[in-house]
Amino acid sequence: MTDLSRRKLIVTGLAATAGVAGVGVAAHLAQKYGLVPPDHGGLYGSGETLTYASMRLLTKHSLAREFSRSQISKRPLQNEVAPFSEEFKRFWAGKFVDWQLTVDGMVERPTTFSVDQLKSYPSQSQITEVVCEEGWSYIAEWNGVPLSYILNLVGADPQAKYVFYFSIEPDWWESIDMADAMHPQTFLTYGLNGDDLPVGNGGPLRIRLPRQLGYKSVKFLNRLTVTDDVKKFGKGLGSISPEQGYAWYAGI
Amino acid sequence: MSTLPSAQVPLEASIASSSPAAPTVTSIPRHSVLVRVTHWIITLSFFALVVSGAEIVISHPRFYWGETGNVLTEPLFKLPIPASRNLVPTGYGYVLPDQNGWSRALHFQTAWVLVLTGLLYVISGWIAAHFRRDLLPTKADLSWRNFASVMRHHAGIEQSSDVHAESYNVLQRLTYLSVIFILFPLVVWTGLAMSPAFDSALPATVTLLGGRQSARTIHFIVSIALVLFLFVHVFMVWRAGFWSRMRAMIIGQTSKHQEGK
Repeated sequence: MTDLSRRKLIVTGLAATAGVAGVGVAAHLAQKYGLVPPDHGGLYGSGETLTYASMRLLTKHSLAREFSRSQISKRPLQNEVAPFSEEFKRFWAGKFVDWQLTVDGMVERPTTFSVDQLKSYPSQSQITEVVCEEGWSYIAEWNGVPLSYILNLVGADPQAKYVFYFSIEPDWWESIDMADAMHPQTFLTYGLNGDDLPVGNGGPLRIRLPRQLGYKSVKFLNRLTVTDDVKKFGKGLGSISPEQGYAWYAGI
Repeated sequence: MSTLPSAQVPLEASIASSSPAAPTVTSIPRHSVLVRVTHWIITLSFFALVVSGAEIVISHPRFYWGETGNVLTEPLFKLPIPASRNLVPTGYGYVLPDQNGWSRALHFQTAWVLVLTGLLYVISGWIAAHFRRDLLPTKADLSWRNFASVMRHHAGIEQSSDVHAESYNVLQRLTYLSVIFILFPLVVWTGLAMSPAFDSALPATVTLLGGRQSARTIHFIVSIALVLFLFVHVFMVWRAGFWSRMRAMIIGQTSKHQEGK
């Protein structure tokens, strides 16, 4: 063996050992600090985990960019959704006065809110960009109440890990971790550019998470559940998205 | 380094013309293990990224400039292809199968592999003086006379010489440096700029590029540039002697000198 190949061998061996040890330590820490997403298994699980863990550390307190009023898109795109259910059409015909948002799970006071009730709480607005995984985007002003306000109101258990949320339309549900749920820009929105939120943009009630792709901002919201167990919902991957091949964490 | 006998140092022994090469070497070491391993990991990653990236583009084959862009706004340019989503008016009467799910998962997972491997390559290349020695053009390289000679060689006017089996000419050096230090960093940067989470932590990532849609458009154009580089690269390898160059990048030695021993 020449000195040359011995040197190579030592360097390669050291690098490999450091790599394996690093991955092991990282996996342990990730579990400990809640950096592992519900869809961490499978072929692409390692990529999802790396992304989620990195962004959890990097974006703990960061705010999505907010824009000036002059940057608001002239026409907020209303992309197509599946044909509406009869149930939704009935609410629509009644101008959504009977629309209800149920909040349950690990909360002290399970509560049902009407849209008017939600509007009676201190209203906030954000001018943020909707970013679709397809590539397009638009900026609008979203009016609503921070989800954290509602979670405090119902007495959400601080031990809970996730908030699951559901559209009235079938097979449309997501979840976020508590860091995202309590984030100051996570809103329950009922208004767009100062008017009632149009059905085409998710009205009467849509959740908004400007730090994640549009598909996490579920439209026609009618239920929130606070939980620490993802296994109770669907295939246990955290939302319908991983069941359809998409990432649970959509901050990228 | 200079106190070591030159035969112990893989690249100095073979490539750098200034170093005292040992004349008794029977096979010429060409690429270090690290260069070879990272080369092939990046090659595989690049293929996965191009395929998955193309699938993602098909869901919205329109490109914009600035912060926002969608089917209600004027595109900078459109690709004349059908789309995998019916939101996009392409002029085609049909919609392609939607492959975005696995494409996105593969794209981001592979991006991790490419970025980490790329960092390993750049950092180790820096430490081992790979860039300074093998890729940074020398003063003589940058003379017009040398440029002209390399050009004549490429055009086939001048008889091919053997020097390229052992080192890179000035065009190769400048091209590789551009790919490593301009195109790849730019494609990673513009990719990160499309992440709404990353932008929230480091808004300059996207604002410096003129907005999210500009970032997406630049990402696409740089990807095309990288694909073009790949074509030229493979063509040049083929012209220079495909198996000899493949041998150099797989087992690390050029075959010519093997035969000559």
